[in-house]
Amino acid sequence: MGLLSKKDAKLISDPLADNNPITIQVLGICSALAITAQLKPSIVMAISVVFVLGVGNVVISLMRNVIPSKIRIIVQLIVVATLVIIVDQVLKAFAYSLSKELSVFIGLIITNCIIMGRFEAFALGNGPWRSFLDGIGNAAGYGLILIIVGFFRELLGSGTLFGFKVLGDPVEKTGLYAIGYENNGFMVLPPMALIVVGIIIWVQRSKNKELIEEH
Amino acid sequence: MAINTDKNSYTVIFAIIMVVVVGALLAGFASGLKPMIKANEKYEKQQNILYALGVNNNEGPNDVEFIPTTEVEEEFNKYITKQLVIQGDEVTENDEAYLIDIKKEEDQAKKDESYTRKLPLFVAEKDSKEVYIMPVRGKGLWDAIWGFVAVDKSMTVQGVYFDHKGETPGLGAEIKQRYFMDDFTGEKFLDGGAFKGIDVAKGNNDPKNEDTTDNEVDALAGATITGDGVTAMLKKDVRLYVPYFKNLNK
Repeated sequence: MGLLSKKDAKLISDPLADNNPITIQVLGICSALAITAQLKPSIVMAISVVFVLGVGNVVISLMRNVIPSKIRIIVQLIVVATLVIIVDQVLKAFAYSLSKELSVFIGLIITNCIIMGRFEAFALGNGPWRSFLDGIGNAAGYGLILIIVGFFRELLGSGTLFGFKVLGDPVEKTGLYAIGYENNGFMVLPPMALIVVGIIIWVQRSKNKELIEEH
Repeated sequence: MAINTDKNSYTVIFAIIMVVVVGALLAGFASGLKPMIKANEKYEKQQNILYALGVNNNEGPNDVEFIPTTEVEEEFNKYITKQLVIQGDEVTENDEAYLIDIKKEEDQAKKDESYTRKLPLFVAEKDSKEVYIMPVRGKGLWDAIWGFVAVDKSMTVQGVYFDHKGETPGLGAEIKQRYFMDDFTGEKFLDGGAFKGIDVAKGNNDPKNEDTTDNEVDALAGATITGDGVTAMLKKDVRLYVPYFKNLNK
C-alpha cells in the first residue's frame, strides 16, 4: 500500500480479522442479532456504521484536547447521537423507502458499543487521520461479520438472497424444494445469529491458534 | 495545551457551547430537510392508496412496486374521483382527506366519548367500477401496523396494502409481501349482510386461497401475533365504515 504506512494499514486490516470487534472483542453483538435475518438490512447497517464511526472518530479526535475529562462520555454520546440523527434525516429526505425499512436499526446505532468503545479507546488518544482509519477498520470488521451472518441466515432461513428466491420456490416446490429441501425456520430467529457468530468464532480460532485464550 | 480542562467553569462552558452548536446543527438539518421529508410522506400515502386500488408498477409475481414519486400525484388525481370525510351521518367532500391522521382521530375518540371520528374515504373509479379505499391502523407484535383496504360497494376486497413500523424481518414483516396481500383480494367483509371481518387464520386449510367466501386468509408461519394484529385492525377500523356502505346500498 503506497498511500498508507505499514502501521496505518494495520489499523484497517487488524479489525477485519485478528482483532475483529465482534468475534474477538465480542462487542456489538446486540445489533448483530437483531438485524441480520436478511442480507439487505445487514449491508445498509454496515455502511451506516462505517460512516458514523469514521466521522465520529475524526470529530472526537479533533476535540480530544479540549474535551473536559469529567463529561467526556456525555460528549461522545452527543457526537454519536448527532451523527445518527443526521444519517436518519438525510435517508428520510433522499432515500425514503430505504429509511423506512431501516429506521429502527439506524436509531440503534447509538447503542452500538463498538462506537463508544473506539471513541474512548482510540480517538481520544490519537490524531484524526489514524482515528479515521481505525474507525473505518473497526466498522468494516463489524460490517463484515454482519454480512456473513446475514447471508447465511437469509439463505438458510428463507431460501432467498436480497429477496430473490435463489433456492427455488417453497410453495410451488421447484428447485431444491422439489427434492425435499425445507427452509430452516430457526434461522430467522435471533438466537440463531448467536450460533452463527459462534461458528465463525470457532472457525477463526481453529485457524489461528494464537487467538485462543489460555485461561 | 494551556487550558485547564479540569476546571468546573470550563466544563460548564464547554457543555453549553457543545449543546448550542449541536442544537443549531440539528435544527438546521431538520428544518432544511423538512419540506423534502413532508413531500416524501405525502407521496408515500398516495402511492399506498393507489397500490391498494391495484394501480402499481408490479412486473414479476413477487414485486411490490409503487408508481414512481414523480408521477404519483398525477395518477392519484386521475383515479381518485372523490375524497370524503365521514363524521357520524355527515359526509363531506374534502380534497385533503388523505392528510387526516387517523391515529390522532382514534386517540381523540378514545379520550373524549362525545367526539365523532373523522373517517377519510377515497372513492376511485377503475375499469368503470367504483372502488372505495379505507385507511386502517392497528398494532403488530412490536409496533404499529397500518394499511389501506380497497373494497367495492358490497364490501368485497379489491386490493389491500399493509405496512409496519418494526415487525420482525422474515416473519411479521412479511405482511407487506405480495403473497400475503394478494390473498385478500376477493375476500368479503360481510357475511350474509352482517359485518364479519377477514381473519388471518392459521388452520384454514386453504393455502392457495381458493375459497373467497370463508372470511379467512392463510396466516404467515412464525408471525401469529402480527397476523392477529391484522385481523384485529381490519375488524376495528373497517367496521366504522359499515353504516356508510349500508346507506350506499339502500
